[in-house]
Amino acid sequence: MSNTAPLLQVRNLRVEFPTRRGTLVALDDVSFDISPGEVLGVVGESGAGKSMTGAAIIGLLEPPGRIAKGEILFDGKRIDNLRYEQMRRIRGKDIGAIFQDPLTTLNPLYTVGRQLVETMTTHLPIGPGEARKRAIGWLEMVGIPAAAQRIDSYPHEFSGGMRQRVVIALALCAEPRLIVADEPTTALDVSIQAQVIALLKTLAREKGTAMMLVTHDMGVIAETADRVAVMYAGRVAEIGPVREVVKHANHPYSVGLMASIPPLDRRVERLAQIDGAMPRLSAIPQGCAYNPRCPQVFDKCRVLRPDLINAGTTRAACWLFDTELADG
Amino acid sequence: MFAFIVNRILQAIPVMLTVALISFAMFAYVGDPVAIMLGQDFTEAQRAALVRDLGLDQPFWVQFAEFVANAVQGQFGLSYRLSRPVAELIAERAPATLELAFCAATLALLIGVPMGVYTGLYRNSWLSRFFLTFSLIGVSLPTFLIGILLILCFAVWLGWLPSFGRGDTVQLGWWSTGFLTWSGIKALILPSITLGLFQLTLIMRLVRAEMLEVLRTDYIKFARARGLPNRAVHFGHALKNTLVPVITIVGLQLGAIIAFAIVTETVFQWPGMGLLFIQSVGVADIPVMSAYLMLIALVFVTINLIVDLLYYAVDPRLRIGRGKGGH
Amino acid sequence: MAAAVKRFLDSDLWWSFRRSPVTVASAIVAAICIIGAVLAPLIAPHNPFDLASLNLIDAFKPPIWTEEGAPEYLLGTDDQGRDVLSAIMYGARVSLLVGLSATIFATLLGVTLGLIAGYVGGAVDSLLMRICDIQLTLPSILVALLVDGVVRAAVPREVHDQIALFVVIFAIGISEWPKFARTVRGSTLVERNKEYVQAARVIGVPKVRIMASHVLPNVIGPVLVVATLNLGLAILSEATLSFLGVGVPPTQPSLGTLIRIGNDFLFSGEWWITIFPGIALIAMVLSVNLLGDWLRDALNPKLR
Repeated sequence: MSNTAPLLQVRNLRVEFPTRRGTLVALDDVSFDISPGEVLGVVGESGAGKSMTGAAIIGLLEPPGRIAKGEILFDGKRIDNLRYEQMRRIRGKDIGAIFQDPLTTLNPLYTVGRQLVETMTTHLPIGPGEARKRAIGWLEMVGIPAAAQRIDSYPHEFSGGMRQRVVIALALCAEPRLIVADEPTTALDVSIQAQVIALLKTLAREKGTAMMLVTHDMGVIAETADRVAVMYAGRVAEIGPVREVVKHANHPYSVGLMASIPPLDRRVERLAQIDGAMPRLSAIPQGCAYNPRCPQVFDKCRVLRPDLINAGTTRAACWLFDTELADG
Repeated sequence: MFAFIVNRILQAIPVMLTVALISFAMFAYVGDPVAIMLGQDFTEAQRAALVRDLGLDQPFWVQFAEFVANAVQGQFGLSYRLSRPVAELIAERAPATLELAFCAATLALLIGVPMGVYTGLYRNSWLSRFFLTFSLIGVSLPTFLIGILLILCFAVWLGWLPSFGRGDTVQLGWWSTGFLTWSGIKALILPSITLGLFQLTLIMRLVRAEMLEVLRTDYIKFARARGLPNRAVHFGHALKNTLVPVITIVGLQLGAIIAFAIVTETVFQWPGMGLLFIQSVGVADIPVMSAYLMLIALVFVTINLIVDLLYYAVDPRLRIGRGKGGH
Repeated sequence: MAAAVKRFLDSDLWWSFRRSPVTVASAIVAAICIIGAVLAPLIAPHNPFDLASLNLIDAFKPPIWTEEGAPEYLLGTDDQGRDVLSAIMYGARVSLLVGLSATIFATLLGVTLGLIAGYVGGAVDSLLMRICDIQLTLPSILVALLVDGVVRAAVPREVHDQIALFVVIFAIGISEWPKFARTVRGSTLVERNKEYVQAARVIGVPKVRIMASHVLPNVIGPVLVVATLNLGLAILSEATLSFLGVGVPPTQPSLGTLIRIGNDFLFSGEWWITIFPGIALIAMVLSVNLLGDWLRDALNPKLR
């Protein structure tokens, strides 16, 4: 990993949802770092807590969700306990966000130019004229043809892929150092997904922007990310360099997940699948959350919950890699 | 834009014709207008002459066509009760009702919309709870009772405001206005509150519901994620998106104000069209009733047209074919 | 029976009822109003329609807690010496009768037409829905006034006085059926494409049977909610019509009539003749509305 100090540090994050039938733990003991300029991929099934982690970082958890434990540090300073107004100044300016569905993330009643200009004038010491000039520049940069004319178009006048380019411009226009991209290509046509990912990757590299890329598309991760975190039932199951996790996953869940991806370089008769389903948040089993589905489960997994343990090139939350096991 | 307006006007014509048909059917088949107009004593010859004069011996559709032709020119015949042209009666009463409706609508909008926005944004504050309770009482209180309670407080007990009539009015051409005298303005206060209160609570609840809906959308979350200040998120982005549904309902409600004025005008003996109508219902004065029905329909159709034009102004998605080369 | 009671006590409905103090309070108020109205001939302190018992000396007595109050008239008396409390109880009877009848009428009409529109579809559907649209744009009080005015013009005065109660019920009912028709049509459209209805059709069950025994039970829930919320409105409509002098006949005064009569004495200071019937009306309508709100939320947890 990088030698520089991490840009973002998530430490033992726990997010709870108080409900009528008791408190649900949506995220538990989630920890990871992102270095400047690094792309961290976050993968997992729906409901594993990927998007929730992103929402917690930008300080926009849906009420009644709240951070119950742990901390989030940006550039060495805590941001999880900031007041709304202080956090607002960080959002967009230091941490940008990209959402899943470009059809719904743009305000339909304002031109894309206006939305870009208001974002820049909010965060940068520039006037509307200068902001408009830069807005045209950003639209060009994200690959919108005839940007000088299209700046006065409304969102509905763009196709889905073009709208996601606009969203990317909006997320980047105040030049944040970190982007939280929540499934940025899931809602797009397959043919456009690659273009948008390539654009995101290029821009992040050019600007030196770090990125947390939430997706369930392993192909995207393999192509884009430097490191990858696999999430399961609100916890990090495994984290490590992308090559290692994809090729030599250690956690049985990651192994299963990777086996379910069709390889491009050879033909396979059947893809592997993981039996069962991820538990609901209200019914997470004791011990390791994955134990009912795990092919390598043993007694300890059903009682005690494993923390991230060094497992060769990655870190995995699995008792298989517990060195004390060999002794005992 | 022009084609849009023409299209909407064309759509309104069948509605107006349907209402005209109902009005005419009332006019032609309910009661016996000939007997009413002739009074107690008449000969068969007189009766036949009047039937011919009124065109009542003509086939139904001819009579209806004539009715429509007259209605377009504002001719609705004579009031049975007052023996004066209905058009004249309505023109005389219209300013009173329109001024009252205008004040009530302004009140409902200027107070209802901000209250709705506030309760939508801060839905757990005690002030919001107070507003909501207030609105529930507002929809459960009959209009006439609000009027009576206001009269009791401000006219009978405190003696601050008049309890009936328009006060002094000033004649501007055929329009008589109460806005230009102090007593006219004072006379407007209680009736306007009475008439506006129900609409106010309705508008407030509607704006609140729409605000809550919009605040959950992705583009509001994204606006927050872009770090826009609350003021811009709430008023620039959220409020503007609530406008489209709010405009529809509010438009219809403002039309309803003119009809609801019937009750308020009765309580305050306000010399408007509603009072005229209710007096006509009591004695089955069909010409006035049918003219009033047509007028209300016209008001609704006009408001619908204005609502459509406002949509057009607010929502760019409706401005099809005007964009700069969209997909 | 005991099992049914127990099941009800275990249900979510009962749970959400007990959890909301406002709902419990409004249920109590509504119960008091209904009991007072239904049992008026038995428990009212006086009979306001018994002319023999009226005494003009007792006219305009203020409520009991004021200086001139008379001990036998809790809420005072009106211009003819009638006990205001008793008049309210008898008046609430008429208000409740008209409100309930009009709601039942509107429900029957709306459910029937809504089922037909949704199930038959096509031209019948578009015609019925067009009528709904036009009628929903007009305030129901205006529709009711027009219906009342037309009937007044169509029948002689003596006949009208006899049938006035039915005319009011009809006028209010006819002005409110579209809401039911809309609700039922929506649910019918959903139900009729479900497999069990398709299956019933395939094996040749007659249309009317399908509608009555398969579709209808599934649309009852929303209808119940609309009916409850509508009851308050119907009571208000009746009160408004009676206040305007075109509602129930003067021989059977409702709360609206009482308010209208009392209104004449507002300026001379006899406020109690109009205010107490007004409070009774508000209590009745508000409690019914609150119960309706609760029922809607309880039966439809997806709404806030």
